[in-house]
Amino acid sequence: MRNPYLPYPVRIESIVTETEDRNLKTFKFVFLNKEDEEAFEYIPGQFAELSVPGQGEIPIGIASSPTEKGFIKFTVNKVGRVSSYMHNMEEGDIMGVRGPMGNWYPWETLEGKNIVIIGGGFAFTTLRSSIAYMLHPGNRSRFGKIDVVYGARMPGLLLYKEELAAWEQRDDIGMHITVDSTDDPNWKYNVGFVPAVTKEKAPSAENSYAIICGPPIMIKFTLPVLTELGFPPERIISSLEMRMKCGIGICGRCNLGTEYVCKDGPVFTLEELSQLPNEY
Amino acid sequence: MSEIYISKEKFPEVVGQLMSHGRVYGPVFQGQYHEFARLDKPEDIDLSFQNTRLSPKDFFHPHSERMFTYSLAKDDPERCILKEAPKDYSTKVVLGIRPCDAKAFQLDDRNFDTETIKDPWWVQRRKSTILVGLACNSPCSTCFCTSMDTGPFDASGLDVLMVDVGDGYVARSVTEKGRECISSIKGVQTVPAQAAEKEGQLKKTAEESMGKVLDMKPIYEKKTLELFHDPLWEEVHFSCINCGTCTFACPTCWCFDIQDEVQGDSGDRLRLWDSCMFPLFTFHGSGHNPRSQKIQRVRQRFMHKLKYYPEKYGNGPACVGCGRCVKACPVNIDIRHVARLMSTSCSCPA
Amino acid sequence: MQAYTERIREAAKRLLSDEKVDVVIGFRKGTIPFMNEPYLAKTPEQVDQLVWDGNCGVNLANYLPRRTDRIAVVAKGCDSRNIVEHIVENQIKREQLHILGAPCKGMMDKRRINAELKGREPSSVEETGSEIKIKGQDLDLTLSRSEFLQENCAICIHRNPVIYDDLVGDLVEEQKDVDRYADVRKVEAMSSEDKWQYFDDLISTCIRCYACRNACPACYCPTCFVDESRPQWVGKTIDPTDTRTFHFLRAYHLAGRCTDCGACERSCPVGIKVRQFTKKLEKDVKELFDYEAGINPDMRPALDFHRPDDPQGFIK
Repeated sequence: MRNPYLPYPVRIESIVTETEDRNLKTFKFVFLNKEDEEAFEYIPGQFAELSVPGQGEIPIGIASSPTEKGFIKFTVNKVGRVSSYMHNMEEGDIMGVRGPMGNWYPWETLEGKNIVIIGGGFAFTTLRSSIAYMLHPGNRSRFGKIDVVYGARMPGLLLYKEELAAWEQRDDIGMHITVDSTDDPNWKYNVGFVPAVTKEKAPSAENSYAIICGPPIMIKFTLPVLTELGFPPERIISSLEMRMKCGIGICGRCNLGTEYVCKDGPVFTLEELSQLPNEY
Repeated sequence: MSEIYISKEKFPEVVGQLMSHGRVYGPVFQGQYHEFARLDKPEDIDLSFQNTRLSPKDFFHPHSERMFTYSLAKDDPERCILKEAPKDYSTKVVLGIRPCDAKAFQLDDRNFDTETIKDPWWVQRRKSTILVGLACNSPCSTCFCTSMDTGPFDASGLDVLMVDVGDGYVARSVTEKGRECISSIKGVQTVPAQAAEKEGQLKKTAEESMGKVLDMKPIYEKKTLELFHDPLWEEVHFSCINCGTCTFACPTCWCFDIQDEVQGDSGDRLRLWDSCMFPLFTFHGSGHNPRSQKIQRVRQRFMHKLKYYPEKYGNGPACVGCGRCVKACPVNIDIRHVARLMSTSCSCPA
Repeated sequence: MQAYTERIREAAKRLLSDEKVDVVIGFRKGTIPFMNEPYLAKTPEQVDQLVWDGNCGVNLANYLPRRTDRIAVVAKGCDSRNIVEHIVENQIKREQLHILGAPCKGMMDKRRINAELKGREPSSVEETGSEIKIKGQDLDLTLSRSEFLQENCAICIHRNPVIYDDLVGDLVEEQKDVDRYADVRKVEAMSSEDKWQYFDDLISTCIRCYACRNACPACYCPTCFVDESRPQWVGKTIDPTDTRTFHFLRAYHLAGRCTDCGACERSCPVGIKVRQFTKKLEKDVKELFDYEAGINPDMRPALDFHRPDDPQGFIK
């Protein structure tokens, strides 16, 4: 059995600065060994440990979709020691990736359902993976209507701007991009907080699941809106963040009661979370 | 199963035989306390001990362990590629380990050795170690193994169980590994009939000296959230100073940290004991900390041992009643008292 | 001892029922011999759990920082000095406190007593004025109290609280002609190499559990230097360099602040004589600046106050 603590070596293929404040960069990695790429089989919603020798490891959601071959992508917010170091790394640098880890959005259950994706700020990475996955020609027919409410504080803080614009042009996905405020006269999309925009667009709860990721304050105020729209807790899905080290349910720090966020999560339904201690 | 009798006179020679095959560890009196140490000579072992100050978990899960090494040199073609640090997996005999500690390793196996994930270092060390236990004829006043699904003569975690019957030891194999170990020993006697009889008495006396001091059933039956929100934690947490003593002394506390250390151009990735008592344990990069308060950390430790673990795995508490935390806690937080509070706590309105 | 207990309960009950304080911090009877547990009483009913005897070695000043309520706290000489430290260092306000001074004749050294018992288990322990009577199965032992005091208590020169609102016992005679630094001088006389060896041996069993730090009332930093990650000042392993760095830096951080209450040594699960680090610095501060920590709430600590005539010979 392969040592689960040993990262796959990867090369940084490209680095894209996503936001105006330069705090978010998307790293595209290519595996040094072909067999590692094959072994790294993932499903949208999963994460991996990005491993920088000399600095440490950080758990980050996978932003690419398994339908995109030849690379994996992660969007990294500059907060701590490892992420800050990564922001100073360059294309061509070698580092490691361990994973994929954790569970994923329940795609088998979601099949044939309408999907409402609600994201805020930089917590849009595995949602981006999910959207790319669902929109893939081989997958699109497996799902019903897709609605996306995605908000950031201002236009410059939205991730994946080119893709957002491309999705806006499509008729098989309802995009509702919003910012808290802007003084840009050419801003074409919504202005307002995510909960308010969700309420306004009122995606139907009929045969629908909602996947929601974002800052705690956004989640706190959006959940009542979803409840009002008729989404029961078992049809509201979220993904949690936690301090992690091993990423494989051994080192002991990321538990919510009996469940390890790294192994039994990070994806939980609201119903599941209501049964667990709220230590997140 | 095979069994032998080793007279106390003969015992050092038997230890010597084992030492000639490989590494042998046993309780050694060091300064103020007994600790497990590698025996240099057969006489070093002191089986008149009650138990070691710290648990022997570092046989399989050392406090500080090098996981990987790597080079950061600019011109090194292998730069930033992690290599497994070499380890010694030659056979090791641990002589005189107490049944409770051996049982603890079985509980820890649920964490380190699962169907889907295997911790390579834990698994290989477990495989290459032979646990020759010594039954507890006179448990300490802080011992409560009989309340924690094990006991002073519990052989279940061992490869061989030895019982001190006065003039000598009865050694009985529990596993195939243990049988091989016993049969390799030369010049031993068969077990005298009166020794077997004595054994039964000793077991009874030892078990009765502890009695059953805790009933875990009410804890298992209660809802997790009910216990989690119970006001009992308010009382329990006050005196805690959030040091890691209880967790470091405990045989079933396995939590660890992973750290990188660099010197010049070469680096190590290390695994280190960590503790749920430390605020840093759950501290997010963003500054958020889901267990920022002492009360949350204290609750986590007891809930993990007495509620979360048994609920998740269904094989009893993650505590073997060795009493080390009771003895070592600088402020006298007693897990027996906490368990009693948990089992009798009121059922609170939501 | 019983008299102390009664007076503590009496005062606590009065203060709580008169709503003079919100909580009382004292000790309740421990679950094992030679240990009591720090206890927070919030109601007059809980007060009856409070006790006092020679097993109240834990420094209760450790429970004060960051509290915002009105607190009555039982304080031995050393606890009171750490309370003064907290006041001087703005960790608690004097107005919040009602100090129940407990003149002290030293606390018992559970480690040395347990070693004396050689594995035999006491069923009852009785403290008389000068003796400790320990009984149990195969056990009937009388120890002289003065010989089994914590080492810091044996050389304590501030047994009476330096600050208090009520006393729970009569003031005791302070120990005179105590040689506080015999052991430090021994180390000072060693060669540099021997000193390294001495300290390395001292901490060779350290498991980095931080009981010494967390038991110390003066170690209240919101983030201890060992927990900093950017930059990371010190490694977290039990490699001698890392362990040494932790102990030396911690000791220096306590220079001129340590009251030699012994909390560090008392709490260490592996019996490290942690005070060997702090005492040297206590001696230096005393000799260089004629300053003792926690004696006077109106005096600035030696190391945050500069006088033009401060000795500077140690700067090389």
